[in-house]
Amino acid sequence: MVNSREIIQTISMIKDQHLDIRTVTLHVSLFDCISESAERTADKVADKLMPLASSLVSTAEAIQAKYGIPIVNKRISVSPVSLIGAASGGYELIARALDRVAKECGIDFIGGYTALVQKAMTPCEREFILTIPEVLACTERVCASVNVGSTRAGINMDAVALMGEVIKRTAELTADRGSIGCAKLVVFANAVEDNPFMAGSFNGVSEGDAVVNVGISGPGVVKAALENIRGASCDILAETIKDTAFKITRMGELVGREAAAAIGAAFGIVDLSLAPTPVRGDSVGEVLREMGLSEVGAHGTTACLAMLNDAVKKGGTMASSHVGGLSGAFIPVSEDIGMIEAVRRGTLPIEKLEAMTSVCSVGLDMIAVPGDTDPATLSAMIADEAAIGVINGKTTAVRVIPVIGKSEGDEVEFGGLLGRAPVMRLSGGSAAAFVARGGRIPAPIHSYKN
Amino acid sequence: MKAIVSVIGRDCTGIIAKVAWKLYELGINIEDISQTVMQNAYFTMIMMITLPEGVTVSAVGDALAPVAAELGVEIRTQHEDIFNSMHRI
Repeated sequence: MVNSREIIQTISMIKDQHLDIRTVTLHVSLFDCISESAERTADKVADKLMPLASSLVSTAEAIQAKYGIPIVNKRISVSPVSLIGAASGGYELIARALDRVAKECGIDFIGGYTALVQKAMTPCEREFILTIPEVLACTERVCASVNVGSTRAGINMDAVALMGEVIKRTAELTADRGSIGCAKLVVFANAVEDNPFMAGSFNGVSEGDAVVNVGISGPGVVKAALENIRGASCDILAETIKDTAFKITRMGELVGREAAAAIGAAFGIVDLSLAPTPVRGDSVGEVLREMGLSEVGAHGTTACLAMLNDAVKKGGTMASSHVGGLSGAFIPVSEDIGMIEAVRRGTLPIEKLEAMTSVCSVGLDMIAVPGDTDPATLSAMIADEAAIGVINGKTTAVRVIPVIGKSEGDEVEFGGLLGRAPVMRLSGGSAAAFVARGGRIPAPIHSYKN
Repeated sequence: MKAIVSVIGRDCTGIIAKVAWKLYELGINIEDISQTVMQNAYFTMIMMITLPEGVTVSAVGDALAPVAAELGVEIRTQHEDIFNSMHRI
């Protein structure tokens, strides 16, 4: 039996250190919903998802009551809609069906308005991508993602150029709400098929019919553990992070398996990411400061983040039968009080953030930039991040928000878990001529492993 | 099924009595109990209980909620597996 000290430690993690299950995400295949008519496809999608969504919400609430652990989000991800609607067209109808299911069943976000175009775009996929701004403006809970590069395929620069335009258009269509549509749109390189975190979650084409994937949180728990070892060596620092990651991942595994069994779905993976919220004490930025930095963005930040990311993966890997998703430390600016403060104080410029993305588990995430940023610059930011991901064989992403009507130094409030963001300065110069070249950046030499 | 009831808050007269009585009313056996008062004020009690057939963890939590409100303490009821999964391999 566990002892009193261990029980108090667990309760303290939940009560004082913001430990929670960030998301229980049910991934659902929609390939059996494909039909020749968009109306019919949308109906079949809703009919398939509605009972699963209801079951997910009631199951998550029951597990939360049983174990006393908060489950913050109940989410659904579906097969890439660009494929599901290719035969019928009418992608917007499918998106509206997804949004309706989410609202009626209490699903927080529904992902999978997705295209995978890392090598090339079919005419259908191009048409699909062009619907993204309208869909994100007229739906509330639908999330979109586009994969524009992979280590095996290289970087599809035609898609990169298009996504700059799509992001800008999305910002314009949601200008009255702080351009929030862009917070629901991720551009990936090396996208993973079992990521439970939004906005980039979708059910990969090789996944099963219904799979539960769990995303845990816990930066506050890591910070609290590190407060007890101030001045200790990096070896002890890494061991302490591993130990903490192990414990919180075990809890994710427990919840994931129980949720999957109750819903009648397969259990997929635990994504052991440190996912911050805008609340103080739930911040990856604060963990970095606890590691010995006076400010996030100071020299040494990249090294600290690299160690944190690696130690989280190592600790979590031992704790779960299947680790997947993005797994590491997230550094979304608007969703992390430590990051917000660093940008406000001017210690975290975009260049340092980009360096940090080369060692963390995602990329330039939830970054507000001036509303007059031109689409080619947005595309160039995507190309840079994709290059980091493709060359280093890791996932990278861009979720950038050109906030219409705002300029450098202003702030934008998104509300809830999306937080608030200072509008950041971007580097000077222009890559318009480079972006206009289009074509494909070839896959790196180390991808040819056959 | 076993669960852990934890009580945390300012010490006052009758905490153990009132929590134990409510559990007795539900037909619940207390298997283990440990209690400390830190700095003469901060009360912590942990009980391991066995739930009879048909009594859920959340039902116990709901039954103890008025007791927590009356005593001005926090009472949590959690299935033991959350602690086992985190601290035991």
